[in-house]
Amino acid sequence: MTENRDNTLDELDRKIVVATQSGLPLVPEPYQAVAEEVGTTADDVMARMQKMLESEVIRRIGAVPNHYTLGFRGNGMSVWDVPDEKVMELGEKIGALDFVSHAYQRPRHQPIWNYNLFAMVHGKDRAEVMVKADAIAELLGEDNRGHEVLFSTKILKKTGLRIKSK
Amino acid sequence: MDSIDRAIINQLQGGFPICEHPYQVMADQFGITESDLIQRLEQMLEKKQLSRFGPMYHAERLGGGLSLCAMSIPDDEFDHVVDQVNSFPEVAHNYARDHELNMWFVLATETPERIDSVLEEIEQATGYQVYNMPKQHEFYVGLKFEV
Repeated sequence: MTENRDNTLDELDRKIVVATQSGLPLVPEPYQAVAEEVGTTADDVMARMQKMLESEVIRRIGAVPNHYTLGFRGNGMSVWDVPDEKVMELGEKIGALDFVSHAYQRPRHQPIWNYNLFAMVHGKDRAEVMVKADAIAELLGEDNRGHEVLFSTKILKKTGLRIKSK
Repeated sequence: MDSIDRAIINQLQGGFPICEHPYQVMADQFGITESDLIQRLEQMLEKKQLSRFGPMYHAERLGGGLSLCAMSIPDDEFDHVVDQVNSFPEVAHNYARDHELNMWFVLATETPERIDSVLEEIEQATGYQVYNMPKQHEFYVGLKFEV
């Protein structure tokens, strides 16, 4: 394995994923604690996690803030119909806005769904989200051929993403 | 929540070190003790100000499948279909949204190929169409959530 982009995980890597996917132990030597759980050394765990960071199997290590409890009660999924040939350029622009936490290109399903660009917008309340959506509309100008902001009315399920141990 | 908690949230969204005593290293930067940092993280998790602390894995790079799906369900059928959809372990998150497409869920499968078959199973179980909206491109957004 000479390439960092090689994402192949072996069994021990998967054990590390399973052991840490709900969180890193909150103890002075967390990698040592993980090592004990999966049956290897702390140095091995650290080397494997470093490699997963480099190959972006791990996006990052840190805190995931909960927008809602931190006072950002408005969380809207803004969706945009922009020309397909410009979606990459426009998506980069929208992703750079400081109130957008995720931005994706996704397929349309006409006629029920004409939108190809999704941006999650966060604000203190729905009104602030709508103001921010207006700012996106302004930024897009005539490339905005239609948009909507969908608010969630209820969480129906939230289990997080989990891989199973083999 | 005090200014140190806010600094922790703002500065610890990525870049947590991989070393023998990572909490000590970060605590030094915040000018607090290692045990204080650990305690603050515990409390913020308990109060759900943080939804988690640790490595964030990239589902697709772990070899799995991931997609966003939407359905349009009549109001009087909604609760029933929620139960049917949620009974699939592959359904990770599910949200009701105010739109004709009123149910939006994230599907996470062990392999990318499984996405299509689970979608079909959901359609068969519920009798309603599932609109599959896998991401075609993810735009870079950086880490910028500030409290």
